[in-house]
Amino acid sequence: MTQRPEPPVLSVHGLSVRFLMPGGHHVAAVTDAHFDVAAGECLALIGESGCGKSVLASALLGLLPANAQTAGRAHLGGLDLLAADERTLARQVRGRMIGLIPQSPAAHLTPVRTIRSQLEETVGQLTGVWGRASVRTAGEDAAARAAFPAGHLDRYPHELSGGLAQRAATALALVGGAPLLLADEPTSGLDRDLVEHTVDELRRHVDTPTRTKGDTGRALLMITHDLTAAERIADKVAVMYAGRLVEVAEADSFFGLPGPRHPYSRGLLGALPERDFTPIPGMPPELGDLPAGCAFATRCARVTDACAHRPPTTGSVACHHPHRPEEIRA
Amino acid sequence: MLELRSITAGYDRRAPVVRGISLTIEPGEAVGLLGPSGCGKSTLARVAALLHRPDSGTLVLDGEPVRGWRHHAPPARRTAIGVVFQQPRLSSDPRLRLADLIAEPLRATGRREEAADRVAELAEPLGLTPDLLRRRPHEVSDGQLQRACLARALVLRPRWLICDEPTAMLDASTTAALVEAIEDYRAATGAGLFAVGHDRTLLRRWCDRTVHWDDLTASSVPPGDRPGSPLAARRPAGAP
Repeated sequence: MTQRPEPPVLSVHGLSVRFLMPGGHHVAAVTDAHFDVAAGECLALIGESGCGKSVLASALLGLLPANAQTAGRAHLGGLDLLAADERTLARQVRGRMIGLIPQSPAAHLTPVRTIRSQLEETVGQLTGVWGRASVRTAGEDAAARAAFPAGHLDRYPHELSGGLAQRAATALALVGGAPLLLADEPTSGLDRDLVEHTVDELRRHVDTPTRTKGDTGRALLMITHDLTAAERIADKVAVMYAGRLVEVAEADSFFGLPGPRHPYSRGLLGALPERDFTPIPGMPPELGDLPAGCAFATRCARVTDACAHRPPTTGSVACHHPHRPEEIRA
Repeated sequence: MLELRSITAGYDRRAPVVRGISLTIEPGEAVGLLGPSGCGKSTLARVAALLHRPDSGTLVLDGEPVRGWRHHAPPARRTAIGVVFQQPRLSSDPRLRLADLIAEPLRATGRREEAADRVAELAEPLGLTPDLLRRRPHEVSDGQLQRACLARALVLRPRWLICDEPTAMLDASTTAALVEAIEDYRAATGAGLFAVGHDRTLLRRWCDRTVHWDDLTASSVPPGDRPGSPLAARRPAGAP
């Protein structure tokens, strides 16, 4: 996607999250993250498990535990999510401004109630629809938007396959007409066909205009470790390593030519079985014990003395020696 | 040789999920079984790993039919097979430090004294540092825990490895690292591999031969044994 005239739906500036641990030390789960997501755009946030991706999502929803400290700004529709109080988050943000598509739909849905009952409750809470018959119709419409079959509405979560449970959770996320969808590992544990199906549906929701806004679609922030799924859906890619965004790039140039510029991103793509299938040597550092310089230096083939200093994260690549388009082509 | 002969297995005798499946794995061969979620491939893997007794059919392991499953299997048989499961969190005792987790099969077979050496030998190539080995499962990432679970599967030097989607939860780099470690072990020992999963690209790159669940159920002849089978895909040249 190219630049759009409208301001981004979500704009994150210098977002940091620290956890205070017993004994006075702290864990830097997210450090100085900058990114924007525009309407009709999908940003895929990729990285290894434990790199801080899900903490970032929790920070946006105000769902961090009590020992977390945040810094920076995250603007969504004129509101700074990090400064908002619990009352604002509960009444205006969750479900209404951000729709969450959870990692494990089976765990997200209430096991003792039917999908219809859960949809109708959500419709009642988030929209102005009132009255038994209208709520019922609105619930069925919500199911239809997520391609959830009407014949399965009276089933309980355990009676649904993984794909249908995913659609039920998506239907719930779409009810409030939120301008931002936040999908946290939506394809984890699904088989390849179901992964493709799920991301294609998410893409459709990004491209479908929201009812309230008219011409613009939704913005989607998808957190995933599945590079194949990210390649299928994303307009932009943000790569996270040890709590920092090390590269933000257009998806076409990231997955195609000239390819990623940060050595870590290149290693991650190179590890795919359809590419080199070669692992990046070593393991990521602990978030509680990050080195003073570049966190990737110990695993990097391009390391020099300069890497003892932390590269700036404000540009598109946080690296002292990024791959340059001309040398990649050569 | 690991031979599954018309195996029928499941959790309800009236509705078995695995019906009359046959599959043969030659010594040292790596066979990948592809199939969608819920098709029964994990159940078949559990049968091959002596963890689930089939309703009917025979498992012949290295020329000898298997008569006992789970704790009814003789120790020599059980220890010939190493298993890696999909979810490391569910297959590791949360109370054990990683070093003890890896050494557990040695303790269980009365070879406690080998533990220190064997753990050190396995941990190093898998990138498990002494610091990680001192931690418990909740203190490490999924990728690090799965590395430990792989080390545990290899600690008794099995002749067969059964892998049930060991990398479905993991990122690309950790996946490649685990596969490399398994292939290094197989190259050194000549162990056979039975890997089930749904990632076509991964299993075709990894295994000597991949078979699809639908082809196993359509015919009693393993598709890889049929000449010209499109599913008997060979690994591309130059693969590790």
